Amino acid sequence: MEQAFEQIFQDKIDREVRIEPKDWMPEKYRQTLIRQISQHAHSEIIGMLPEGNWITRAPSLRRKAILLAKVQDEAGHGLYLYSAAETLGISRDQMYDQLHTGKAKYSSIFNYPTLSWADMGVVGWLVDGAAIMNQVPLCRSSFGPYARAMVRVCKEESFHQRQGFEILYVLSKGTEAQRRMAQDAINRWWWPSLMMFGPKDDESPNSIQSMKWKIKRFSNDELRQKFVDVCAEQVKVLGFTLPDKDLKWNEERGHYDFGPINWDEFWQVVQGNGPCNKERLDARKKAWEEGAWVRDAALAYANKKAKQKQAAA
Amino acid sequence: MSFQINKLYYGDYGESKNGAADISTNQTNTAEWPLWEVFIRSKQGLDHKHAGSLHAADAAMAIENARDVYTRRMEGVSIWVVESKYIHASNPDEAGSLYDPANDKAYRHPTFYHLPEEVKYM
Ligand SMILES: [Fe+2]
Ligand SMILES: [Fe+2]
Repeated sequence: MEQAFEQIFQDKIDREVRIEPKDWMPEKYRQTLIRQISQHAHSEIIGMLPEGNWITRAPSLRRKAILLAKVQDEAGHGLYLYSAAETLGISRDQMYDQLHTGKAKYSSIFNYPTLSWADMGVVGWLVDGAAIMNQVPLCRSSFGPYARAMVRVCKEESFHQRQGFEILYVLSKGTEAQRRMAQDAINRWWWPSLMMFGPKDDESPNSIQSMKWKIKRFSNDELRQKFVDVCAEQVKVLGFTLPDKDLKWNEERGHYDFGPINWDEFWQVVQGNGPCNKERLDARKKAWEEGAWVRDAALAYANKKAKQKQAAA
Repeated sequence: MSFQINKLYYGDYGESKNGAADISTNQTNTAEWPLWEVFIRSKQGLDHKHAGSLHAADAAMAIENARDVYTRRMEGVSIWVVESKYIHASNPDEAGSLYDPANDKAYRHPTFYHLPEEVKYM
C-alpha cells in the first residue's frame, strides 16, 4: 500500500504536478520541508535585526523610509513562510520555540554585525543578491504552498537588491572617506555572502532522492559560481574591488575563478560562535517574551467579545 | 528509507546540523492566536482569491494584519478573512471518484460540435 502511494507521489513529482498539504506524501518529504521552510522563515525574521540596527540612523528621510519598507518586507517573508510550514502540521509556536531554544538554525550571514551605513548597501547588494539566487529556483519547488510563498518573496526581493546597490553607487561618487567606508563594507561581507550558498558540492554529496523529489534543483557550487560571475562585473560599475586576489576571468571555463572559502569560519558561525549569534537570539527572545502580555491581552479581549456576542444572541 | 538532503537553502543547514523537523511534541497551545485564511480582491470586478493565512486574535485584527502582510504594494481593494477551522475541503484521495461524473461529457464543450464552414458568428 505504502509503496503504491510512493509510486503515485513520485509520478506526480516527475510530471511537475505540485504537492498540496492534504495530499499523501512520504513522511521524510514532510519532515524535510518543515525543516527547510521553517529555517528559511527564521532567516527572514532574524534577518531584520542587522538592518533594523540602522533604521534610526539612516542618513536621510528617503533612506529611512526605504529601509523601513525593506525590513517590513522581510517580516512579511517570514510570515508567508511560517504559514507555508504550518500547512505541514507544525504550529507557529512550535517553530518559534525551536528558534528560541536553538534547535532550529537560521542563515549564518545574519550573525555578522552591521558596522557602518555602507553595510546597508552591501547587505542589499550581496546578501539579498545571494538570497535571490538561492530563492528563484524555489519558486518551482514541488510543494505548492512553498512555491507560492516564494513567488511572492521573489517579486519583493528585487527592490531590496537594487536599493542596496544604489546606496553603494551614491557612496562611490562621494568623498574619499565614503568610498573607504563602502570598500570596507564590501571587504567584510564578500566571503560570508559566498558562504550563503552552503558547503562545496563534493563535501555535501547531493542525494539522488532530494533531486528526485525536486526539492533541490541546482547545486551549491553552481549557484555560487553564478553569483561570483555576476558580482565580479557589477563591482566594476562601482569602481570598488572584491577582496579576493585569486578572482580572475577564466576564458576556458567561461567563468570567474575565485579563491578558497574559509569553511572553518562558516561552521563556527553555524554552530553558534559567530560575532553576533548570541545578540541575535537574545534580541529575538526578548521581543517574544516582552510581547507576551500583548498576545494574551488580545486573546482575552477577543474571547470576552465573543462571549458578549453570544450572550446577546 | 535512509538518505540525507544536503542542499542548504537560506538558513537550512541540513539534517546533520540540528534538523527541526520533529513535530512529535505536539503540544496544544491555547495561547496561540487562531489561524485565518485570507482572500483578496486585487481589483474591482475580479473575484476574491486565496492569498495565504495568518494568525490573529479576532476578525478585525485578521483584516488589519492581512492588509500589512498581503497588500503592501496595493495588491488589494477588498479583503475577506475566515477562520481556517471553518473551511471544509474535498478530500484529495477521493478526487478520482468525485470528478468522475464530468470526465466523459465532451459534449459540454463547444468544440464538440462540427458545423458547416458557412456558419459565421457562432
Ligand atoms: Fe526576504
Ligand atoms: Fe530581502
